[in-house]
Amino acid sequence: MDLAKDEKLPGNNLHVSRKIDYFPYIPPLFITLILLVGQITFGILDSYINVIISIATSIIAEVLLARLILGTHKNLASAYITGISVGILVRSNMVWPYVIAALLSILSKYVIRYKGRHLWNPSNFGVSWLLFMAPLSVAGLGIQWGNNLLPMAVIWLLGLGIVYRAKKLHVTLTYVTCFVILAYVRSLITSDPFLAELAPLTGPMYQLFIFFMITDPGTSVSGKRAQIVVVIIVAIVEFILRLESFIYAPFYALFLVGPVARFIDLKQNKSQTIANQTNEARQN
Amino acid sequence: MSYSFFMSTPKQVYKVVAIILFIVLLIGSALLSHKGVFHLNGDTGGTNEQAALSKYGFYLEPVDIKAAGIDFRHLCPVIDSKLNNIASQIASMGASVTIVDFDNDGWNDIYFTNSRTGSLNALYRNLHNGKFENVGAQVGLADVNKKGTGVSMGTVWGDYDNDGFTDMFLYKWGKPELFHNIGGKKFVNVTEGSGLPSWVNANCAIWLDFDNDGKLDLFLGGYYNEAFDLSNLNTTKIMPESFRYANNGGKNYLFKNLGNGKFKDVAAEYGLISTKWKLAAGAADFNGDGYPELYVANDYNVDEFYINEKGKGFVERGKLVGIGNIPKSGMSVSFGDINNSGMLGIYTTNITEPGILIQGNNYWQPKSSAAGDPSFVNLAQLSGIENAGWSYGAQFGDLNNDGFIDLYAANGFISGKKNTSYWYDYSKVTGGNSKIIGDAANWPDMQGKSQSGYQQNKIWLNNSNGLFEDVSNKVCPYITFDSRSVAMADLWNRGVLDVVVANQNNVPLIYKNNSKNNNHWIDFDLHGTLSNASAIGAKVQLEWNGKKQMQIVSGGSGFSAQNQHRIHFGIGKSTTADKVTIYWPSGKIEKLEKPQIDQLHVITENKTNN
Repeated sequence: MDLAKDEKLPGNNLHVSRKIDYFPYIPPLFITLILLVGQITFGILDSYINVIISIATSIIAEVLLARLILGTHKNLASAYITGISVGILVRSNMVWPYVIAALLSILSKYVIRYKGRHLWNPSNFGVSWLLFMAPLSVAGLGIQWGNNLLPMAVIWLLGLGIVYRAKKLHVTLTYVTCFVILAYVRSLITSDPFLAELAPLTGPMYQLFIFFMITDPGTSVSGKRAQIVVVIIVAIVEFILRLESFIYAPFYALFLVGPVARFIDLKQNKSQTIANQTNEARQN
Repeated sequence: MSYSFFMSTPKQVYKVVAIILFIVLLIGSALLSHKGVFHLNGDTGGTNEQAALSKYGFYLEPVDIKAAGIDFRHLCPVIDSKLNNIASQIASMGASVTIVDFDNDGWNDIYFTNSRTGSLNALYRNLHNGKFENVGAQVGLADVNKKGTGVSMGTVWGDYDNDGFTDMFLYKWGKPELFHNIGGKKFVNVTEGSGLPSWVNANCAIWLDFDNDGKLDLFLGGYYNEAFDLSNLNTTKIMPESFRYANNGGKNYLFKNLGNGKFKDVAAEYGLISTKWKLAAGAADFNGDGYPELYVANDYNVDEFYINEKGKGFVERGKLVGIGNIPKSGMSVSFGDINNSGMLGIYTTNITEPGILIQGNNYWQPKSSAAGDPSFVNLAQLSGIENAGWSYGAQFGDLNNDGFIDLYAANGFISGKKNTSYWYDYSKVTGGNSKIIGDAANWPDMQGKSQSGYQQNKIWLNNSNGLFEDVSNKVCPYITFDSRSVAMADLWNRGVLDVVVANQNNVPLIYKNNSKNNNHWIDFDLHGTLSNASAIGAKVQLEWNGKKQMQIVSGGSGFSAQNQHRIHFGIGKSTTADKVTIYWPSGKIEKLEKPQIDQLHVITENKTNN
């Protein structure tokens, strides 16, 4: 999630400028805005407690793991976004899925690493795992949002502005374009109405996915062209999963494609690896 | 030691610990879920009646309904062809069952609704020997689904004119109708001139005396907007505008009984202006002022709790009292005192579909018995009665007479082609904007698919103080229907509760309760004098052997259902009952010391003695 990830965070960045860069704080504010708009306007949350628990779990895990494993202090914006995403996306009548999803998300960053970098988008990992492996206890945010276009339009405009500022607009636009085209193809294949295939794009699950998961710099590949190729592959895998009736197809598609692309990218891109290792060495 | 110890430990050690924790969580989360806090379909293996009798003291034996004289089969509504793509979803309601002793012979009779134009409803008179006779046509309650009048969705029974015979209100996707019971011999349709509206797409109604004037009033809840005739539409834009926040359903109606067979709709005047999608309602006094509050279970939105302002109006306080915060798919309202606290709680049903939608059912327990606006806490998860499936009707009743009320919940939405599911298609469109979800033309074709189909009904046994055990496959055979409406009644006058289930587009189920536990019981059949003659709204508290339990005479409960009129208490091995206290709607309180057990007490409200 994590437009505010490792590379751009103050105190955690080789390229930080001398001017104070406030942009890393924008994504956490934006996801908080989505939560607040959703909650105040429609009551998107079933319980504040679950979100608080998942945020707290993420932050505590991040603080401890960064200190004990990397020997550093990390900016907590990323953990905050992970926690809030888990709190919104996971739906359960019990508390433990929120704790475990948040823990798995953060742990994945420290456990599954290649050349000093993590491979999965943290919340994509935690949420996908629970949705797939714990269906008797967990469902996802998929069938709730309001009946008003205005809040959705505001979130889309703000989100597009932020990913533009983060230089990830091409990722978002490519994905949305692919989704719309493939929705049309699906409607031809399934004979379902095009609007039914397009409908998920109007829900909050996709807003979190589009603005926070697929644009995550921490798990993106290098180079604009490569990023576009990867997001097209994500959209195609999602298309296939949708034809197989996977409700949480976008999460699963990113779960499958993202780390493979990231692994190949890290394997090929030596300079980035060296920079990252240097960065970690400085932090340590 | 602590900080320096942690800092001096090599990072590799922490990394190994993190890896182990990570693996444990990965495996543990999967196992924890699959180990199962709930199983919707349970064990499909065979049941053993003797084992059930030995362990639980009762067994629900499916009655051979044909041999019992019941040849009823529900037929679903025929919907306008514009909605063919989702016809089975739209036409998924209408099977209802209510219990009434319409001829005052002391035996419970059964009424089933049918939902296809021209189909017949059925009134099965109890022949006192386990057999029933359909007298629907004979008494004038069968041919009520005539073309142009809509189709039946449910009924509720109450003596609206206080003449001693229970009358019937029929609600439809169509013209609501009132039938006057003439001496238990026949029913006369008295709708014309009664003040009832010409068309309501209703799926719930209850009798209540909201102003305690001794005359039964009527609450009627619209589901689809009343502008639509679902069999003849000129638009496909009839669907909810949102899955969680829909306000484009039907109107509320609150018919004040003016006497002389006249009713006046005072819903707007009394504050019942919501247009949510209502599927169930219940009324009981929760703040101790003697006037019944109104609980409304809504599909596609939050439930509503209306505080009765001493018969002068209603004010909605769902959020304030704690029940109106999380939108679910409310489909049933039933009252029960699951932990023998002397306070009625509220059980409402919703949807649980693993991995897709885990709403869970609710049991709203009042936090306190003190007078004043109530406040509720949801105990369904703690009590083990949260997840049932796609639940419709649910009813409380002490099935094994052990002194703790048990719970029966009907399950199953659409049993179409096996091994198919419409859930994925459903999730696409219900996640969309109102412009998409609200138009049936945008909904994918169901193509005969199932959606939460082939689910077994749930039977939860209250082991004591509100802790329930799922005995669904242990006390009756494994059967799956798309069950809708449940009613409990003593059909053989044996002092045990039998169960009747109306199944959508199918035959009903009647379970005879075979009981071998030597537990005792006591029943009360109340008749009001100052209060409404049906005593609807009267609360009865029984005390025995240091225990107490509250029950209420209901004017309709569950989903499109009504239990037997008499109140049934199991008292376990206790050989005496200490006291019964009756709180009549009129405000009178009557107490009986040491009532005889193992018998039915017919109690008429004392007009003079307070």
